[in-house]
Amino acid sequence: MSYVIGLKCKECGHRVPVSPVHVCEACFGPYEVEYDYARMKGKVTRQSISAGPKSLWRYRDFLPVEGEPKTGHFSGFTPLRKAVGLGKELGCSDLWIKDDSCNYPTYSYKERVVSVAISKAIEFGFTTVGCASTGNLANSTAAHAAQAGIRCFVMIPHDLEQGKVLGSLIFGPTMVRIRGTYDDVNRLCTEIADKYGWAIVNVNLRPYYTEGAKTHGFEIAEQFGWRLPQHTVVPTAGGTILPKIYKAYQEFIELGLVEDNKPKIYSAQAAGCNPVVKAIHRGQDIIEPQKPNTIAKSIAIGNPADGYYVWHAVMDSGGWGESATDREIIDAIKLLARTEGIWTEPAGGTTLAAAIKLIQQGRIPRNDSIVISITGNGLKTLETVQDDLPVPEVIEAKLSDFDSLLERKNLMEMPVASRPAREPAAVI
Amino acid sequence: MSVKVRIPSPLRNYTQGVDVLEVEGQNVGEVLGALKAQAAGIETRLFKGPNQLNRFVNVYLNDEDIRFLKNLETPVKAGDELSIVPAIAGGKSL
Repeated sequence: MSYVIGLKCKECGHRVPVSPVHVCEACFGPYEVEYDYARMKGKVTRQSISAGPKSLWRYRDFLPVEGEPKTGHFSGFTPLRKAVGLGKELGCSDLWIKDDSCNYPTYSYKERVVSVAISKAIEFGFTTVGCASTGNLANSTAAHAAQAGIRCFVMIPHDLEQGKVLGSLIFGPTMVRIRGTYDDVNRLCTEIADKYGWAIVNVNLRPYYTEGAKTHGFEIAEQFGWRLPQHTVVPTAGGTILPKIYKAYQEFIELGLVEDNKPKIYSAQAAGCNPVVKAIHRGQDIIEPQKPNTIAKSIAIGNPADGYYVWHAVMDSGGWGESATDREIIDAIKLLARTEGIWTEPAGGTTLAAAIKLIQQGRIPRNDSIVISITGNGLKTLETVQDDLPVPEVIEAKLSDFDSLLERKNLMEMPVASRPAREPAAVI
Repeated sequence: MSVKVRIPSPLRNYTQGVDVLEVEGQNVGEVLGALKAQAAGIETRLFKGPNQLNRFVNVYLNDEDIRFLKNLETPVKAGDELSIVPAIAGGKSL
């Protein structure tokens, strides 16, 4: 039994019972799941949540699933880590990384939305699931479909990174590569869902799918010690996660689980695909679609489904948006790896690069509490950095070769000669 | 000038379940406007005002988003295909 009342149109307020619909029949607006918060008060507590499993399902009272979850039993509950090294580099004393690059089983935030969507698809009686994806969602949908034992189709743009293509195929879905951008894929999937009656997780199951993204926000709040960070920087692609993190914060506030410190949310986009950030800078909630051109393929969505709601969550919270060039994205990926030992994909590089700009602009005060959402893993996007890393030397297996290499590279950190207790001659 | 218009499922209660209609018009706006002759009431879902599409309605002419063309003024020719696709959310008001 859940606390779900039904679906409610975010635009006109039209209500319908829980069913696999996503577009309001009255106004074409999107449906969102509505919960009975009054009934949740006093029943859903810090204690009841803490007693739950160490997965995203510890927040199932806030999710639209009725029976036992069908997948995702080990997904979510990723680390929230204090970023001491990065903080030192940026002059920030209370900087944190929410690290979904190690989310189980396919290393991205998408496990959250897919776990909820596939559980719901099976509850609805669907026998085929699918998705329109820039890669991460396809990986996750294929893996969770394999875990749940349900037929799976993934539709992706034709030019994705090899890691993302193989990272789906290995789970045995039917993959279709489509000539065009993600926006073309998404549109085709809308028509496929219509014609074949499949559960396309981010199309006709979208009201349920998007709810899963809230768990990223719930975890931040719980792991931060039942507090909210003052600033949260989040990447924007289709626009699912940012408004849902904001909703998660608001739901915890509503139930008295955290204090309302007026948390601000910031949107990060690549400069080669920044329709939402542009709209934020313009001060108008009209999202002009773009043709994406960026290395950050996982967030290259020129016509974001929920861009309008990203704009409103950002502006309502008092946040802002910034975008990052491809160069800045790669530099940020390397910075995060060097200072924190986290290898993220270009989406994460975008988020960090945008956060750095917001900090430098003074929009985010250096000593406030800041969380940067890292949503994907760099091992899937080797192409992004391969031309940007040094080529390692090859030497013979001789200590003298190693010595001369260190000398040539000027890598003698502490010259042996300067160590008082040792004779330099003993080494050379 | 006869153009094929693909009707998405949420709008098919206006077309008795038909998913493709043949409609006459010189440009996208005229074609969409002329739909009401065959599907009375559909115009209230597509348009929020004169020459203004609803925020959640995306229209594609031969697979190109009309916002990258000339919006409702985009000329059409015989045999063109127009798709109406729910935007799910967001997008631009024309």
